[in-house]
Amino acid sequence: MLPEETKNLIGMSTPERINEIENGAIRKFADAVGESNPLYEDEDYARKSRYGSIIAPPGFFGWPKNPDKGSALLVEVPLEVVTVMEKAGYPFASVVDGGMEYEFFSPIYAGDTLTNKTTVTNIRERAGSTTSLVFINMETVYVNQKGNTVAKAMATMILRSINQQKEQANV
Amino acid sequence: MSEQIYWEDIEVGAAITPLAKIATSQMLVKWAGASGDFNPLHYDVVFAESVGVGKPIVHGALKRQWLVQLVTDWMGEQGTLKKFSCQYRAMDYPRQMKTMTEPREGETWWCKGEITKKYIEGDQHLVDCNIRVENGKGEVTTPGKATVVLPVRS
Repeated sequence: MLPEETKNLIGMSTPERINEIENGAIRKFADAVGESNPLYEDEDYARKSRYGSIIAPPGFFGWPKNPDKGSALLVEVPLEVVTVMEKAGYPFASVVDGGMEYEFFSPIYAGDTLTNKTTVTNIRERAGSTTSLVFINMETVYVNQKGNTVAKAMATMILRSINQQKEQANV
Repeated sequence: MSEQIYWEDIEVGAAITPLAKIATSQMLVKWAGASGDFNPLHYDVVFAESVGVGKPIVHGALKRQWLVQLVTDWMGEQGTLKKFSCQYRAMDYPRQMKTMTEPREGETWWCKGEITKKYIEGDQHLVDCNIRVENGKGEVTTPGKATVVLPVRS
């Protein structure tokens, strides 16, 4: 059973972030995926397209201007989540990505600035006889410099209890 | 990019043009840098062992972007990706490198999908699809869904 205080985490948000969508960062991202879509890299091509300029691949939301120094994870998590979950026996070193859901409302262009923050929307535990998992749902809303909401990202993070990690390590 | 497809020409059950991918240890390093996910789970053997996954695994988010590419390549420049989801259900292990640029022999992943629904909402002509990443054994490690707005001929 999860301690009561984990329920209080639902609704908590990270501080607001400001992400810049840079041309070079788009190219680097597209290249890492193995994309060959000229809309992400060819300025002349993009200018003549229906977009009129370079766009970001769906799923790329730029880099924060004010990143958390020392954070190894891309997904922003309210600090309280880390503290409370570690106390409950779910260390963040065990975190794995569970899945992602996106809604895209309008294109993200090179040169855009996106304001965003991440809110915890649900926390649930799946307890087994020897192993337990915790699923944390988080929603991030991205708003561009014109005030338009361009996308929503709903991420699932999975944490594993300390017991399970020891067990798996012994296999 | 392939030729533009149109909503009128798409039928429920039709396949999305498959996309082949080979995950390598090098690609995972590249993805870490491009995405900002520096979890050592994806490049550090000792760390991966200590958290119980055995050896470094492919980033779920990289498989997610493979699936985004599957859909956006297929829908063409006039198509718009409206909704997308996927779940990282099983772990995938990258091929190691043979040379600076060539991977060793091993698994090839396939991104695939089918149209499940075709409909009109307001002024949008839409299709829903089931999508997935299959590992070298044909097992689905990353199932998902997408909703796409397609252009019409008329």
